[in-house]
Amino acid sequence: MPEVPERGPPLRLELQGIRKAFPAVVANDGIDLAVAPGSIHALLGENGAGKSTLMKIVYGVIRADAGRILWEGAPVDIASPSDARALGIGMVFQHFSLFPALSVAENIALALPATRDLGALSVRAREVSRRYGIPIDPARTVHSLSVGERQRVEVVRNLLQEPRLLIMDEPTSVLTPLAVRELFRMLRQLADEGRSILYISHKLDEVRALCDTATILREGRVVGRVDPRRESTRTLAERMIGAAPPALRRTPLDRRPRERLGVDWRALSPGGADGVGLRDLRFEVGGGEILGIAGIAGNGQSALLAALAGEMRAASADAVRIDGEPVGHLGVRARRRRGLVHVPEERLGRAAVPGMSLARNALLTACHHGLVRRGWLRPGAISAFARRCIDTYDVRCGGEHADARTLSGGNLQKFVVGRELLQSPTVALVAQPTWGLDVRAAAAIRSALLGMRNEGVAILLVSEDLDELFELSDRIAVIAAGRLSPARRIDEAGVEEIGRWMGGELPDTSAPERTGQDHAASP
Amino acid sequence: MPELDLVLAIAIATLGAGTPLLLAALGELVSEKSGVLNLGVEGMMLMGAAVGFAVAAESGHFAFATLCGVLAGAALALVFGFLVLTCRANQVAAGLALTIFGIGASALVGAGYTSRSLPAREAAGASFVADLPVVGPLLGSLEALTWLSLACFAAIAWFLYRSRPGLVLRAVGDAPDSAHAVGYPVIAIRYLAVLFGGAMAGLGGVFLSVYYTPTWVENMTAGRGWIAVALVVFASWRPAWVLAGAYLFGGVTIVQFHLQGVILASQIFSMLPYLATIAVLVAISRRGEAARRLAPASLGIPFHPER
Repeated sequence: MPEVPERGPPLRLELQGIRKAFPAVVANDGIDLAVAPGSIHALLGENGAGKSTLMKIVYGVIRADAGRILWEGAPVDIASPSDARALGIGMVFQHFSLFPALSVAENIALALPATRDLGALSVRAREVSRRYGIPIDPARTVHSLSVGERQRVEVVRNLLQEPRLLIMDEPTSVLTPLAVRELFRMLRQLADEGRSILYISHKLDEVRALCDTATILREGRVVGRVDPRRESTRTLAERMIGAAPPALRRTPLDRRPRERLGVDWRALSPGGADGVGLRDLRFEVGGGEILGIAGIAGNGQSALLAALAGEMRAASADAVRIDGEPVGHLGVRARRRRGLVHVPEERLGRAAVPGMSLARNALLTACHHGLVRRGWLRPGAISAFARRCIDTYDVRCGGEHADARTLSGGNLQKFVVGRELLQSPTVALVAQPTWGLDVRAAAAIRSALLGMRNEGVAILLVSEDLDELFELSDRIAVIAAGRLSPARRIDEAGVEEIGRWMGGELPDTSAPERTGQDHAASP
Repeated sequence: MPELDLVLAIAIATLGAGTPLLLAALGELVSEKSGVLNLGVEGMMLMGAAVGFAVAAESGHFAFATLCGVLAGAALALVFGFLVLTCRANQVAAGLALTIFGIGASALVGAGYTSRSLPAREAAGASFVADLPVVGPLLGSLEALTWLSLACFAAIAWFLYRSRPGLVLRAVGDAPDSAHAVGYPVIAIRYLAVLFGGAMAGLGGVFLSVYYTPTWVENMTAGRGWIAVALVVFASWRPAWVLAGAYLFGGVTIVQFHLQGVILASQIFSMLPYLATIAVLVAISRRGEAARRLAPASLGIPFHPER
């Protein structure tokens, strides 16, 4: 039943006037929400709209300042997650609540009322995972599982408690397209059994495909209750951000661009945060072109970026070329001096020093652009450069002397992107540029990247967001288990094929390619 | 056969010398498994030793003295717990402060007892082993606390890996945020682990001052608390290795005593536990991901709920 019934069977969950204020912000303000039995109810909103706070209140992780929670018609006080679980509420966290060093069976046991018999529990877990088509192996250690497998463990752990309401917090952000389809099938099966599902997301297509009701949050308030199946992505987006999302335009390339970044690297020892070794890296990126690298996190992206940025040096100078000049043997600073810039995935701690001002942070990578003379800092030039980043990229902050840590994720990312792109680069390495950003900040970043592309910069874009890659890239390749697929022209690439590659079924790169667009086959 | 007797004597003496190390290291192991690094073991042992000795000297009641020593260690651990768990102070700095505080406070408590001797007491070893041939008399000379430390080892190994509360404890040390989200009281569990660590360190101290030596000398633990901390790392947080390590380093002190000046300077032997620990640390960091997983992932990191 999509409509919330006024009379008849009691609602599974009803929230009345929930309010929660944090020192800096009112996260939830007078929120009403009603979830019917057997309904898949979307909680839709941008980052910072208050979705996660609201769900943490329902699950007892934090307590509301005001408001009432009704469970199946009766007012309840949910003081802790165990209270929530006792009522029949389960939650699958975005960043899972798993224990990496323990086995799957132990992880499951920890979330259940005391049981002594891990063996019997494993049998039950296998049974549930088979019933819902989500295979797991209770004996494995969690740290050896892929992200998708970890989510299955978290789901199975919840299902073993026979929840009547299952909260899913941004569950697809870590999944391949195929895994998303499996997840949706399972969620529909759960709803058919009469369980309610609260589905938190900012992905409009998913909400339209899966959910029968949507409550839309903006800045801590409810701004709409709709049937998402009757809305278009555009109308949902307008309600969610309060304005029409800016459209991006990417003009197709008319001719093959000249190579600006060339890579020919046989084998890379394991490096980077994910410890994945790379094999047979051969590709090039042309000026005025964006090469998108898709892939699930932990498949060698960080090693790839470290190798290209110069954090890892190659044995031969020819392994990496910038504008034809061999730079494989050079380190980070030497490569930067040749026009390479890098926007790393971690904004705080890698791209910017949290406790330093924006001006000082600008100095960190732009130091050879007239900000230092004979070893002495030039405060005026540094401030001017930082102000230029702030003005050009509309960074909302307390001026160039504000500490990096005081900025929101979106504004800091705009500043970092600005700092890198204002150095008139030849090659830009960009990792997860819009991860965790709201729609408006993400659109600003994307249009900045497209602008640089149109000015002739070669951009390597590593992202887990397929929509973003298809929107921005001229060509797209997939990285899986340390191997890089051939690159497809974006108008010839299919989501199906890319998704299959992301799952590890890469084509044999040694075979000649059909499309002729594969730069790996033509050195 | 005098050689056999000597070997046997050294082996038995090793059990005694290893006991305070084993007790303190087992306590520290439990504390670290919950994610709290307590570098104050030396201070807690000294407090246990001083308080235990003082009570034994005044009352002549050894069991009561042991209890008081245990409580003294736990009391110091409570202070530490308040600092690092409630106030979220830096664990390394707080632990170092605790050791320095313990050294001073124990000297104050024990000031009047430096030349005192304890009243005579019956050797409280297990009498049935004393009747065994050859090893009987030697084993019979062991203290009850030595047997208790072995029982503690078995109980802790079982607790950590075979019981649900032990699983919860390891979970808290591995991923406190997850444990909080699943509904376990992370701070309370860490308090219990820290208190247990303090009690065990206090027990180790009492064993030294009241049973093993038995005298009170200022700073009498002479670095045993530090060896206990190092042992936990040396053992890669595995109980069986803690046991082996305690007797290895206990044995080193005995051999050192017997061979003083014969082969190597005794100072070399004193360095061994630390050299071994450094070697293990290097080995762990070189063996990659799997080996690093042995260490509790949240070790030394304060836990903030609601973040």
